[in-house]
Parts: sequence; C-alpha cells; structure tokens
Amino acid sequence: MNAAVPAGHPISVPHLLARNVANLGSRVAYREKEFGIWQCWTWAEAEQEIKALAMGLLDLDAQAGDHIAIVGRNRPYLYWSMVAAQMIGCIPVPMYQDAAAEEVAYALEHSGAKIAIVGDQEQVDKIADVRERVPQLRHTIYVDGQGLRKYDHTDMSSFADVQKRGRENGNAADVSARMDALTYDGTCVMLYTSGTTGRPKGVVLSNRNVIETAKSSCEFDGLTAQEEILAYLPMAWVGDFIFSIGQAYWAGFCVNCPESPATMNADLREVGPTYFFAPPAVFENHLTNVMIRMEDASRLKRKMFDWAMGHAKKVGPAILDGGRVGPIDRLKYFMGNLMVFGPLKNRLGMSRVRIGYTAGEAIGPELFDFYRSLGINLKQLYGQTEATVFITQQPDGEVRSDTVGVPSPGVELKIDDDGEVHYRSPGVFVEYYQNPDSTSSTKDAEGWVATGDAGFIDKASGHLRIIDRIKDVAKMSTGALFAPKYVENKLKFYPNILEAVVFGAGRDKCCAFINIDLTAVGNWAERNNIAYSSYQEISQHPRVLEIIQGHVDAVNESIAEDEMLAGCQIHRFLVLHKELDADDGEMTRTRKVRRAIVGEKFDDLVEALYDGSSSVFTETEVTYEDGRKGKIAATLSLRDAKVVQVSSEKLAAE
Amino acid sequence: MNAEPDTYVTADGRTIGGVLMDLRNITLRFGGVEAIKDISFGIREGEIRAIIGPNGAGKSSMLNVISGFYIPQEGEVYFRGERRPQLKPYQVARQGIARTFQNIALFEGMSVLDNIMTGRLNHMKSGFLKQMIWKGAAEREETENREHVERVIDFLQIQAIRKTPVGRLPYGLKKRVELARALAADPSLLLLDEPMAGMNVEEKEDMSRFILDVNDEFGTTIALIEHDMGVVMDLSDSVVVMDYGRKIGDGTPDEIRNNQEVIDAYLGVSHD
Repeated sequence: MNAAVPAGHPISVPHLLARNVANLGSRVAYREKEFGIWQCWTWAEAEQEIKALAMGLLDLDAQAGDHIAIVGRNRPYLYWSMVAAQMIGCIPVPMYQDAAAEEVAYALEHSGAKIAIVGDQEQVDKIADVRERVPQLRHTIYVDGQGLRKYDHTDMSSFADVQKRGRENGNAADVSARMDALTYDGTCVMLYTSGTTGRPKGVVLSNRNVIETAKSSCEFDGLTAQEEILAYLPMAWVGDFIFSIGQAYWAGFCVNCPESPATMNADLREVGPTYFFAPPAVFENHLTNVMIRMEDASRLKRKMFDWAMGHAKKVGPAILDGGRVGPIDRLKYFMGNLMVFGPLKNRLGMSRVRIGYTAGEAIGPELFDFYRSLGINLKQLYGQTEATVFITQQPDGEVRSDTVGVPSPGVELKIDDDGEVHYRSPGVFVEYYQNPDSTSSTKDAEGWVATGDAGFIDKASGHLRIIDRIKDVAKMSTGALFAPKYVENKLKFYPNILEAVVFGAGRDKCCAFINIDLTAVGNWAERNNIAYSSYQEISQHPRVLEIIQGHVDAVNESIAEDEMLAGCQIHRFLVLHKELDADDGEMTRTRKVRRAIVGEKFDDLVEALYDGSSSVFTETEVTYEDGRKGKIAATLSLRDAKVVQVSSEKLAAE
Repeated sequence: MNAEPDTYVTADGRTIGGVLMDLRNITLRFGGVEAIKDISFGIREGEIRAIIGPNGAGKSSMLNVISGFYIPQEGEVYFRGERRPQLKPYQVARQGIARTFQNIALFEGMSVLDNIMTGRLNHMKSGFLKQMIWKGAAEREETENREHVERVIDFLQIQAIRKTPVGRLPYGLKKRVELARALAADPSLLLLDEPMAGMNVEEKEDMSRFILDVNDEFGTTIALIEHDMGVVMDLSDSVVVMDYGRKIGDGTPDEIRNNQEVIDAYLGVSHD
C-alpha cells in the first residue's frame, strides 16, 4: 500500500490543477449554462477562482484537517470549493443535496464539519433547522443569494464575498505552504455511503486512491483532454467525484454543469458529451420517452422507425464490436443511421458519446441492446464507494448485458466460499471515519474488501456476474434459493414497473410489492381513455392490475427456466398506492430500495399477501418535500399470479 | 391622510418607506352600480399590501383604478406625491406600474421567452425600421433586454420552459410566466390580481416564496388581491378589507384578524 510516489507525479488534486494550468491553461475546464448562455472558465481562470476561495477560507480561519461540508446541485462553484478545501489541507465532504434536514444533521454531526459551502436558500434553511445540533459548524457560505438578503449574516457569507475577502486579505504564500504540506496518502475526500443498511458511513479516500484510480481508468478507456462530460449526478456520490474531479483533472477534460435539474435533457443535447455516465433509470427514462413519442408519431414515421430499429437490433451491436457484418447489412444500417438513429441520437444528446457507462443497478437486456444497436458504446461497470468506484468494467468489444466486466486495471478479485465477491486495489479506501469496527469488518489486514455482493466469474467470458446482495440471498422455508434482486430486476425491466420489492426469505413462497411507472402507465391511460385523478387511483385501476399481472406471469415463466431460482416465482402480488420514496426512508438517496424497512413499514400488506385475503385496507404516513407529514389511506387488491410448475424430475436432477 | 408618516423597519428587517401611491376618496360607478364607494388608502414604498374581501366586493375594480384602466368618477390618485392625471394604460406602465391578471392574459402561441420579452417593451427605444435592419443599436438593445429577461427567468426558475409555447404550459406555470413578464418591466409598483387562484398547495408555496423574494430582492412595492387568507396573513405587511364596495378595515394582518367588522363580513352576522 505504501509504495513511494512515482517521480514527477502530482500528489493531489490541487497539484493536478497546477499541472493542467501549465499544460492546458487556455482550454475550457468548466462550463455552466446560466442566463441562457454557456458561461466558460479555462483552467487558468478556474485556478484563479479556486485560489481566491482558498485564501478566503484561510481568512475564515480554516485549519488543516478541518472538514468542509459541500451541499448543492452540480455547479462549478461547488467543484471549486472541493479543490479549494483540498488546497489548504481541509477535507471536502460533499453531501446529498436532496437529503432531509435530519440526514444532513447526521452527516454534519458525524463529520464535525466547521464550514459548510452550500448552493442556495434551500440548503441554508436546512442547515439553519439543525443548527443547534451542530455547534461546531462555524460558518455557512452560499453561492446563490436569492431570498437570503434578510438572513442574519453574522456566521454566513456569500461565495463571492469570501472570494473577495480572500483576494483582499489573503496571502498566496500561505496557500502554497498548505499545498506543499499535502501528501500522497493524505485524505482527499470523505464521501458518505448511501446507507442501504442503517446509518451512512463516511468513507475516507486518500489522494493515492483517487489519483491512481483516475489514472488507470482514464488509460483503460483512453480518455483525453478532448472529452466533454455533463455533471448532473449527485456531487455526494463517489462516481461524480471520480468523473468530474478525478478523471477530469487527470485527463484535463471539460466538466459541463446543467442550468437546472429540469433542463438536463436540453443541456445534454447542447453539450453533446463524449463520455457519459448514467444509472439504468436515466437510460430507461429516455427510452420510455422515445417510445411514447413514437406511438404518437405518424404511420409513415412509425414504420420507418420500426424497420430501422429492427435492422439495428440485428446488426448494430455487431458493428459496434467490430464483428463481421455483410456489406448489404452495413448499407442498410448506414441508411437507418442517416434517417433514424442519427437524428434520434442527436435528440438524446448522445451523438458524440464515445464511451457510456451504466452502473448501480442491473440494466435490462432490451434496454441495453437498444442503446448498443443505435451505435452508442454503452458499457457496464461494477464498483462501490469503498473501491473509489472501479472494481470491474467491460472493455470495448466485450460488452454483455448480464455481466459487469473484467477487473479494472490494478484490481485483484476473489470469490469466497459463501460466494461473496472480494477485491483489492490501489483504490481501496483508507477507513470509515470514526468507525474502526466497520472498517475492520469490511477490510481485512491484507487490504481485501468484502463487497457484500454475491457473484461468480462467468466461465465462458471470464467476466464477473453479480447475483444479489449476499445478505439478501437467503433460503426459503422449502430450502429453495431466494434471490430477490434477481426477480425484482426482471420485473423492473418492464417500462410499466418502476420498482418492485420481493419478499420470501424463510417463507414457503414469494410475494411482491410493485410500483407502477406513472409516465408509462399514465401515457397508456391517456391513449386508452382511462380517466384518473391520482397516483393512488390509477395504481389500483383493474386494467392496470391486469397489465401488471401479465408482466408478473411472464417473469414467472422466465424464472422457471432457471432451475436454481425457480422457487422465486411470485405467487401473489399487489400494486402499491404510493411511490417508494427516499423522503419516507423507503429508498436510499441513490434510489435503492431498503427492503427491510419497506417490509416493516408495510407489514400489514405483507401479512395480507401471505394470508390469502383478496383486498386489504391500509393507512400510510407520507412525508412531503418540505418535511411535513400526512397520511394516505387506500384499499388495495391483492392478486394471484400464474406460477409455472417445475417438474420434480428437474428438481431431482438438480 | 396627507401627513406622510415616517419610514419604519419590519420585524424581518425590510425598510418600509413613505406612501408611494395614495388613493383618496375613490368612487367608481358602472351606470347605477357603485362598485367602489368613497375609499381611501395608501400603499407605502416597499410594502406588500393586500386587498381582500368577499366576491364582488370591488377588489379587482380597485386594482383597475390603481393601474389606470378604470377612471373613477370621484376621488384622486396620487403617485409619488403627485396627483395623477387621467392616463392611458401604457402611460401608467411607463410610470413603473406592472400587473398580472386574474384570468391569465398571455400570448398563448408565443414562447415563454417571447412573452417575457414583451414586458421589456417600455425599455426599447429603437423604432420599427431599426428593429427590422437589426444592426448596431437595435441589436445591442435586444441583447441588453434579453439579459434582463434571463435574470428574471433565473430568478423565477423557469429555465426549463424558456422555449416552450405558453399554450402548452400548466396553469400554475402560466401564472409564473405572467409574473415574469410583469417583473421584466422593472416595475416600482407591482399589482397582482389573485396570483394564487386555482393553484395547489405546492404551487402556492412557490408563488408565495417568489412574491417575498421579489419584494426582498428588488424592493418592489406589491399590491395584491388574494382569497387565501393564510397566504394573505403570512405575506402582507398591511391589509385593506373591502365589502360591497366599502372599506371595512385597514391595518396589519393582526389587526385585521381581530376586527369585528371583518369577521362579520366573512362569517356572516346573526340577527337576534
């Protein structure tokens, strides 16, 4: 772990910044759309901004080793804040901007942050709400002052003011001295895990972790200073830190920030990123929108689309992988590209995507193939915060929808006897902040980290395949293997189903909660003249239940083909009357379902599924965006799904 | 009424100045119907002034008198200490008064951006020909005005619908676009006719926030008509209550809440 620093190797992000200013000074480093125009900052200009802020932070008496909380949407100012903090030996701690006050309070308390740099009034208010719990927080700095004029400014100032104070009173030599004191094994950043299980943990990553990872992953995909990325994923998420800071600083490419979360799609189209990362949900959302619009298109257009997509499905992936495709098929694909996929990709903002990644959740094979067949080089990677993202990724030309790829450069992989995946790499985190117990139970003395995921190496391809979280993989009372995620993913591949939660550990059969996707189902309802006034009403509409039943039956059929998992077929299901939501604690901020919490919260529904009743009345507490609570009541109908009988011979053969 | 009281500072730290607009003994008749009967009140610089009252009380008529659309048969309007002569609506607009409407009055076929740009009309000097050639001054002028409009768009957080035709927007957003157009005119007095009518709770909260922010950020004086009592009491610095064309109350929200006449007008009186 403690190998010497390679000679001439920048040892921290601020050092990378200095290198980029020297080599690429006049190239654009940051863009943000504001007032309808893309505002640009070159590397040299960004350095000026960052230095001014660093001096301003010194003026606020920030000490080396202090934590500085950063909360807000993706904006250059907040990225600069992270680097400015690092420059003076402080540790940036980005936090989820949509987190409730309670969660922010926990992170502020746990990290002991002395200064918070936030985006706007919403975040300022959130911090003000929990102010009493975090006495050590000395100062709040905000970027956008709208609505804050009347606030008490004794321990609060604007970003611009801090920079101004820095420029006036600051001493550049102090900043350089702090920067010189940085070490390769010093802390680079602290990131909170999303907390699928229990309290979030603060993952401490060193400069070595971040820089080594950025370097090897840039080399893996040949990323250069020419890339353009759109920074739109939460800044608190390790992926965004690596893409928008680690890799961006290593390769020297430009980070583009959208105008507002709502303009994401339009901004994506304007930027035309060459390197793009999105969770499956974003890709799915795009596809759903395309399909909905195609259904409304004229017949001629629909025919053309169907023809071109049909052909693309056949030969697109092969062309992308450089496989063997005949000249006539190539010509047809070329025509399709000219008339259909070219404009479509342009519409999606993916005309220039050279490398696209998806991770976080399994992606549906159809969804995956759709993008691949358009000629978008979409790949999968598997990673986690503790690994500084990368554990495995798919090399060009070896892309499959059901695996997550080969170990990333520098990563060693092993599968233990329980089937749990372990890894060791230069990116392995230093520790969980103030949590030695968790650190030692996750990372062993030799640096091997347990992922908590069950998986195996696919013999044919040599790629890693992930089955499920190891603690979720359980036995049913019949002794059959229970892998809920596997079933949930199959269900979620249907556009009408947004989320699914499968229960069955220790029981004799599986049952499921299902969340409909309001965009897809709503559109279907519109086309079929079905009126509804609320999410709750449409979710319980008999014809909607009918459709979902069809999906569940189909999933059962497909599960039955896999003898090992045939026991996971869904016997009964219900469609939930509310969307699972992170504000209600049912999901993490990265939109992963917390199965145990959902099970507890809706225990009446789970019981009803198992006791065979045909409908159930329930009352649920919901939290509104502003933190107020309310109750919704509903009568849900429970349905039986068709289960495929697996012949005992087959089981015996197993 | 003529004595101009001193400025004062509100609890949340805003400075409320002297009287900006003074309405004296206004009476407005439509034929034999007296919509407004001898009403006097002032709107002070920097305050949020609410006009409330049951349906048909004459609130919108009052707003139309303030905006110069209706000319009262009796009474005088003083703006910035000077008696306002009979003006055309566009002349009133030039004085720095902008308004929104109870029934949205936007150009449905035009984009949000173009709609808001129309609010800048009084800030454009170049004529029709210059605009057509669009060189030099005219181009610069448009750039300046566009920048101003973009700031309003940013302020009201409607970037995502900048290019969307207004006809395709939901009601709540149209209301916000209308506010944006009024703001684009850089008004010193902003009149809002039921800015929250027909909105859901969330939209109302957003709108309230924007109204407060406008007042806070630009120091704009705001006169608004609103039915939602909760909103009125939270937002406004002072309230005028009208009933059947008469003024039955005038004061801070607290005073109004405890005013017996107002309570009777809203809840009815028992005759026993």
